[in-house]
Amino acid sequence: MLVDNSEDGIFFLTGKDFTNAGTASSSLKAVLERRGIRQDIIRRTAIAAFEAEMNVVIYAVAGMMKYRITDTEISVTIQDMGQGIPNIELAMTEGYSTAPDHIRAMGFGSGMGLPNIKKSTDSLVVNSVVGEGTTLEFVIQIKDSQ
Amino acid sequence: MELQEIINSLSLEVKTPGLDLHREVTGGYVSDLLSDVIGNANKGNIWVTLQIHLNIIAVASLKELAGIILVNSRNPDTDTLKKANAENIPVMTSTLPTFELVGRLYALGLRCR
Repeated sequence: MLVDNSEDGIFFLTGKDFTNAGTASSSLKAVLERRGIRQDIIRRTAIAAFEAEMNVVIYAVAGMMKYRITDTEISVTIQDMGQGIPNIELAMTEGYSTAPDHIRAMGFGSGMGLPNIKKSTDSLVVNSVVGEGTTLEFVIQIKDSQ
Repeated sequence: MELQEIINSLSLEVKTPGLDLHREVTGGYVSDLLSDVIGNANKGNIWVTLQIHLNIIAVASLKELAGIILVNSRNPDTDTLKKANAENIPVMTSTLPTFELVGRLYALGLRCR
């Protein structure tokens, strides 16, 4: 008999709320730890989730992080109501950033966020509409790397 | 090496006195760019930075770093210390600039790993 071990959840994100920034990623990491998922997989998921969460906090009005964990993979969708990305290819370029000076002064906006997400995940899809928002979906395989 | 030994050797000022400082430090990492730390620091590292805002705690917590040393006697925000205590991330300050501080950490035997 097949047992369904999958699990999903959602966290809400608020733009400009630097006080709680990182909370969603920490909570997701805690879920993965509770499930006993391998450390390197947790590490990669946490990196990608944190970068995506910070992008929402820095650039968007609000957003959400949805996750689904199965026996074979972790998939995370981060959807925001924000300014959107006019040129996704450019945004994926390491070092490219549109962050204002006060954000850079905090050590954010170094143009490493999206490249970090791409490096840490097995697949990444970015969809964006300027003036409406951005949706980012990434998947990290569990089974293949064991 | 234990965090407490590093604190004693380098005369660091502990800004989170309530936290247990007998924890193992695996190595060190230096950066003021949070994405760099998120991407490249390792679990158990001590992190040297000049950033003092509260998001450094989220980064340290997520990466399970052993602690944060702020250089040039930079004073952490009150919110930062509150969060540091809540997340169990020791925060220390040094009067030294980054170059001098990291040189001493290296001399103690810490490496980037």
